[in-house]
Amino acid sequence: MVNIIALVSGLIFGLGLILAGMANPAKVLAFLDIAGAWDPSLALVMTGAIVVGSLAFAVARKCNRSYLGLPMNLSTSRVIDKRLVLGSLAFGIGWGMAGICPGPALVLLGSGSVKGTVFVAAMLLGMGIFEILERTRSINFRKRGQS
Amino acid sequence: MVGTDGGALIGMAVALLVLFNARIAGISGIVGGLFGMQKGDMNWRVAFIAGLVAAPLVWQLFASLPAVRIDGSYAVMAIAGLVVGIGTRYGSGCTSGHGVCGLSRGSLRSIIATLAFMGTGLATVYVIRHVFNFWI
Repeated sequence: MVNIIALVSGLIFGLGLILAGMANPAKVLAFLDIAGAWDPSLALVMTGAIVVGSLAFAVARKCNRSYLGLPMNLSTSRVIDKRLVLGSLAFGIGWGMAGICPGPALVLLGSGSVKGTVFVAAMLLGMGIFEILERTRSINFRKRGQS
Repeated sequence: MVGTDGGALIGMAVALLVLFNARIAGISGIVGGLFGMQKGDMNWRVAFIAGLVAAPLVWQLFASLPAVRIDGSYAVMAIAGLVVGIGTRYGSGCTSGHGVCGLSRGSLRSIIATLAFMGTGLATVYVIRHVFNFWI
C-alpha cells in the first residue's frame, strides 16, 4: 500500500508540474529573470502548493501515526549550518543555469527530452559524488575517533 | 488559474505522501536516498520516481503535452545537473523539499535554504542574461 500511495503521489506531483508549466525550463528561467520580461506566474504555483501543503502538515502535526500506521517522525532539525547554506546556494546556481530542478528534471526524462536526460544523468552523478564524499568523511571520522 | 491549479495538485501529492506514508515529498531527498541502498527503504522511492517519470506519459493519454523549450546546451545541462545534484544533497533539499514542504511546515531551515537558492537562481539568470548578455 505504501508503494501504491508513493506511485500515485509521484504521478499527481508530476501532473501538477506539467499543468503549472514548471516542467518547461524556458518558463522557469523567465520567472527567475526579474530584470527581463519577468513571468511571475510560477509564484502562484508555489502559493497554491503551500496553501494545500500547510493544511496537510497542520493535520500531520497532530498525528502520532500516519493513516497507514507509520510513525510520524518528520525531521525536526533546527541546525542552520554551512552545509545547508552553501549547498542551497550551489543548487540555485545550477537551477539558474538550466531552469531545471530535480522534480521537473524527472518529468523531462519521462517526456523523452534528450537534454532533460543529460541533466538527470549529471544530477545522479552529483548525488553519487555526495554519497561517496559523505562515506569517506564518516570513515575518516571513525578512524580519528579510534586513535 | 493554471498556476494555482498546478500548485494545488503538487500540494495534494505532498498531502498524500505525508498523511499516508509519513514522508516528505522532497524530490532530491527521495532520489538521493536511493544511494543509501537501505533494505526496506527503496521500493517506495522507486515507486514515487516511477509516478513522476510516468506523469508526461499519462498526460499524453488525455491531451498533448505543453511545449517545452530548453535553451541551454548539452554542456550546460551536464554542469547544471551536476551542481544541482551535489548542492541539493548538501543542502538537504530542493524546490519541493524546502520550497514547498519546508515552507508549508514553517521550518526555519527551509526558509533559509529557499532564500539561498532563490537568491543565487535570480543572480545567475541576471548575470547570464544582463551582465554578459548571452544565452548559454
